[in-house]
Amino acid sequence: MTVVEYSAAASIEEAVSLLLSSDIPAKVLAGGTDLIIQSAGLDPIKVVDIKNIDSMMGATIDGDGLTLGPSMPCAELYSRDDVKALFPGLVEAAYLIGSTQVQGRCSVGGNLCNSSPAADTIPALIANAAQCVIQGPGGERTVAVEDFVTGVGRNCMAKGELLTALRLAKPAAGTSDAYLRFIPRTEMDIAVAGAGVSVTLDGAGTCTAARVSIGAVAPTALLIPEAADALIGSKLDEAALDKAAAASLAASSPITDRRGTVEFRKHVVGVLTKRAATIAAQRARGE
Amino acid sequence: MAKVHVSTSVNGEPTEFLCEPHDTLLDVLRNELNMTGTKEGCGSGDCGACSVTVNDRLVCSCLVLGAEAEGKEIGTVEGIGNNDSLHVIQEKFLEHAALQCGICTPGLIVSTKALLEENPSPTEEEARYYLAGNLCRCTGYDKIIRAVMDAAESMRGAA
Repeated sequence: MTVVEYSAAASIEEAVSLLLSSDIPAKVLAGGTDLIIQSAGLDPIKVVDIKNIDSMMGATIDGDGLTLGPSMPCAELYSRDDVKALFPGLVEAAYLIGSTQVQGRCSVGGNLCNSSPAADTIPALIANAAQCVIQGPGGERTVAVEDFVTGVGRNCMAKGELLTALRLAKPAAGTSDAYLRFIPRTEMDIAVAGAGVSVTLDGAGTCTAARVSIGAVAPTALLIPEAADALIGSKLDEAALDKAAAASLAASSPITDRRGTVEFRKHVVGVLTKRAATIAAQRARGE
Repeated sequence: MAKVHVSTSVNGEPTEFLCEPHDTLLDVLRNELNMTGTKEGCGSGDCGACSVTVNDRLVCSCLVLGAEAEGKEIGTVEGIGNNDSLHVIQEKFLEHAALQCGICTPGLIVSTKALLEENPSPTEEEARYYLAGNLCRCTGYDKIIRAVMDAAESMRGAA
């Protein structure tokens, strides 16, 4: 790909129209940290920059929860204490992507639309049951985030469609989340395995609701209902955590590459499930 | 391929340029504006040699299109100190011999300034994490971190 045409859209409607009317492949330009590297080839593409649209770049919290502009830079997201207070796991996933410089541009929506199996924010979004609001020529539709990515680098978006918001419902009382990933170094690397967990605890410390998602161990990040079922009804004791870990391990179908083997990734995704559930529970208890 | 006309601000100076749609901000700074202080290392956002600020946010200029600079404020190493009076960060890099070949230095100066504006009192660990996107193949980083911590102290004293 090489960028032969650049347009900056002033509104969502204009962006949809620019994407739709293009006679060459048109791509949405958010932070560009993936797109500009991918555009080093020869096939001509048009880019539609959506960063001048305020709603794409902001984050608002109201009684219903968080509405996240998909293109807000991760560096801005993790400086937002109000978002961090509600969704610490999502914010820590955003904090793990790339360097300070990359975080100044990359975004949660970009991470989702790039649809890499190893994307850090996708398991955190799935754990929080995020809804993807998509605007297109036919109007608006909403897709559950676990159904958004359909394969390696592929998603449910059709020509002319734009991801306009990510909606995360306000967590119930006693709810929190966590995201953990394994990388062989301390900074600037791509997940070998990752796990995002959200848990709700009642006054007695019993888990009443949970969502578990794993990343980098299958063609797409996965929602693991069996792991959540293992946690629900328990006090997150060792036996329940082990059962959740086993469910994640069983659901994973990783590949062997230079960053990890199948066996290693399966083992690690179980361990991360357990640890992320423990951290989410500590946060839910206010510890 | 139609060129894009861009009106922007570089180090506070109103600046206009024409660029190809695929030109990066790094290409524009070096080849159109002859501002060669910003270096190209990897061209893929891994090494930080091309670090600049866009509206005060630290980014890799190799991952920004020149066309995106429209209406923005760009900050480069040329805006930090000058030949007659170096910025304290530059003085401390010299004092601590925090460079050898010098290719990473402009990026590190820009990143260090952004770090100290966000966090005037970083711990050594915070400084190392913040600057993890600026690779240096000569120094082993220790002298760089000493210069950064000394510059932070000095800037806090002056404030």
